[in-house]
Amino acid sequence: MSYGAGHDDNHDHKPTGIGRWLFSTNHKDIGTMYLIFALIMFFIGGAMAMVIRAELFQPGLQFVNPQFFNQMTTMHALIMIFGALMPAGVGLANWMIPMMIGAPDMALPRMNNMSFWILPFAFILLLSTLFMDGGAPAGGWTMYPPLTLQLGNAFPFLIFTIHLLGISSILGAINIIATIFNMRAPGMTFMRLPLFVWTWIITAFLLIAAMPVFAGAVTMMLTDKFFDTSFFSAAGGGDPVLFQHLFWFFGHPEVYILILPAFGIVSQILPTFARKPLFGYASMVYATAAIAFLSFFVWAHHMFTVGMPLAGELYFMYATMAIAVPTGVKIFNWIATLWKGSMTFETPMLFSLAFIVLFTIGGFTGLMMGITPVDFQYHDTYFIVAHFHYVLVPGAIFGVMAGIYFWLPKWTGHMYNETLGKWHFWLSAVSVNVLFFPQHFLGLAGMPRRIPDYNVQFADWNMVSSLGGFVFGLSQLLLVVVVIQCVRGGQKATDQVWEGAHGLEWTLPSPPPFHSFTTPPQVTEATAHS
Amino acid sequence: MSDSNSTYFIPDPSRWPLVGSIALFLTFIGASTMLNGSGFGTFIMGIGIAVVVYMFAGWFAEVIGESLQGKYNQQVDVSFRWGMSWFIFSEVMFFAAFFGALFYARQLSVPWLSGEGAGALTNMLLWPDFVMDWPILAIPDENAFIDSLFYETIPAWGVPALNTAILLSSGATVTFAHWALKNGNNRALCWWLFATVLLGFTFVYFQAGEYYHAYTELNVKFSSGIYGSTFYMLTGFHGFHVTMGATMLTVILIRSMKGHFTEHNHFGFEAVAWYWHFVDVVWLGLFIFVYWL
Repeated sequence: MSYGAGHDDNHDHKPTGIGRWLFSTNHKDIGTMYLIFALIMFFIGGAMAMVIRAELFQPGLQFVNPQFFNQMTTMHALIMIFGALMPAGVGLANWMIPMMIGAPDMALPRMNNMSFWILPFAFILLLSTLFMDGGAPAGGWTMYPPLTLQLGNAFPFLIFTIHLLGISSILGAINIIATIFNMRAPGMTFMRLPLFVWTWIITAFLLIAAMPVFAGAVTMMLTDKFFDTSFFSAAGGGDPVLFQHLFWFFGHPEVYILILPAFGIVSQILPTFARKPLFGYASMVYATAAIAFLSFFVWAHHMFTVGMPLAGELYFMYATMAIAVPTGVKIFNWIATLWKGSMTFETPMLFSLAFIVLFTIGGFTGLMMGITPVDFQYHDTYFIVAHFHYVLVPGAIFGVMAGIYFWLPKWTGHMYNETLGKWHFWLSAVSVNVLFFPQHFLGLAGMPRRIPDYNVQFADWNMVSSLGGFVFGLSQLLLVVVVIQCVRGGQKATDQVWEGAHGLEWTLPSPPPFHSFTTPPQVTEATAHS
Repeated sequence: MSDSNSTYFIPDPSRWPLVGSIALFLTFIGASTMLNGSGFGTFIMGIGIAVVVYMFAGWFAEVIGESLQGKYNQQVDVSFRWGMSWFIFSEVMFFAAFFGALFYARQLSVPWLSGEGAGALTNMLLWPDFVMDWPILAIPDENAFIDSLFYETIPAWGVPALNTAILLSSGATVTFAHWALKNGNNRALCWWLFATVLLGFTFVYFQAGEYYHAYTELNVKFSSGIYGSTFYMLTGFHGFHVTMGATMLTVILIRSMKGHFTEHNHFGFEAVAWYWHFVDVVWLGLFIFVYWL
């Protein structure tokens, strides 16, 4: 299939019209589509979060019925995880990895486009369930049977959405591995790779190992529902808890799939604005690999209250504690990078600094729940909601935001509006704490998660949390304004963009040529990474 | 490898990825509506699967064409190798989920239901008559599933052992084909490949016969409790993969007869051979843990 005889493989010649996007084989165009898709999903998922917080503003039922509330919590999670955060991470990977390693494009450009185009169709399937008999999935994003088996017509749509997302992720991960292993410029050895590239190698391995297990688990649920198998039915000799094991064997690596790219972004930004090389580069690489490796052996810490044998409870507790060690290595390395640096506080730096502090809070509450007897108290309360929102919102999402502000001038060729960017940061950073910090108190006081109504004793902090939520939600519109302004025009960005930026991507013009490096640059120790 | 890096290969814009995405969308939306009880869904799914096949045929034809035109350098070859090997790894993990279910049932859930360890109360209160056995001929609650009882399973040392011999031999014949290819003996390559394809489809034929026997005579069904569930899920997905692999081998056989492969340039052949060894190894796991032990 060839579009136009004039297309030479290596020339800087953009295809035009809608075909440029539909049939793209260009890492930047595909990256842009990923990022726009993620932004749209971020607002759809965010709108659902607003419904949740509006309902929880006061005790009693105000706006939605409980069934719809449960649909909102379930769909909010599925959309934010699979529709917003993961595609955002892949979008950044698409844009940046070829430029960072000195390649013209991804290794398998056609497959790259397929990874993207599966996503919109997958989410059409998922969102269509909102209008079906029995409504959208409402049993929680973890889809535990037997509750999720009671779902109406949406059930097979949910399962097949997961299959589509799995295919997309696996194809994308294979592509990223092939690109990094095979497309590096001469001299770009593994230990010279920018840390964002390293975190993506490791994330890609997590995806390839974890997503197929999830696909297998939901396939078994599909046959349990429609073909009378008994994988998750004790009456037939199976066990519903088996699903939880399989799900979390995927689910725990999945949380690292969400956070590791953010680790990578922050590791690029901190050295740039501290004007110092990253402290402990090699230990950062090994720590990331260690976190990823351990993530496959801790899954049942999500299931302490399900009735595991005591040996299981103990093993999974201690294994979970072990993850704190490499994570601590990373956090101390970031802090040491800042130590005595000549810091300036542009928006990407602000988001990165907030990331370190707030992600660490989320990490610590995670440790609290990793202690089995303590988890018996916190399990399925708002404490867990506060915990994972701290690691995912001011953690993963702030990381992505930092990356967007950091690389936006490179992508568009224009500087973004720094004043608006700072407004976006400060509003987000304050409101996100107003939103999620009180949820710790609610959880410790015993408020259960996934419930539309609550005892009046929880009223005050819920109202505070909701107010924070509304401000946080509205503040994100500023990001759209900044991005649109920046795409349209603004002060010309230099090639290096940031005074302290090092690495191959900053040697290219802003905006970079259609195919990044058509002849491989020679990389030396001095030009390798910041 | 670094010598051939001077010019990169980047494919022209292609419609196949979009065609593939739409095909998957149609297949799954059709399958969903079919499972919800609409005949129209079956029709949509059929169209979707047809488009998937069309996508594979068209996309691979495009890639084969580019390969024959000599557009691919060493680097593209290596990218394909990374891609195929990690794709196979993802398949390994897919099967791992079902093996995990099998081991969980045999080592944990069935013993617990029969009163072992922490499961004593479950057994006493729910199904006190249920005793540990593998394969479990009678499930804990026979009223929960219609017609779930069976008295016999497929013995390992009949057709399954024969099928093991067949698949292992096919692993050998595909290696002989590879040696012939490396020696530039196209005639031997085609014959060994032909033997591999024949063995592959023979395996599928025997497997289908066993399914028929199990369903109609032994009453071992997909719905026969956890034994039937794991048995058919594991062997079924494996059989599907063997069918895919044998089909891929057939394509490679046709390409070999057309003389597409040279001693040094035959990634297509190797990718399919890897895949074939993968289904072989999975079968060994199945033979040991599903049929034998």
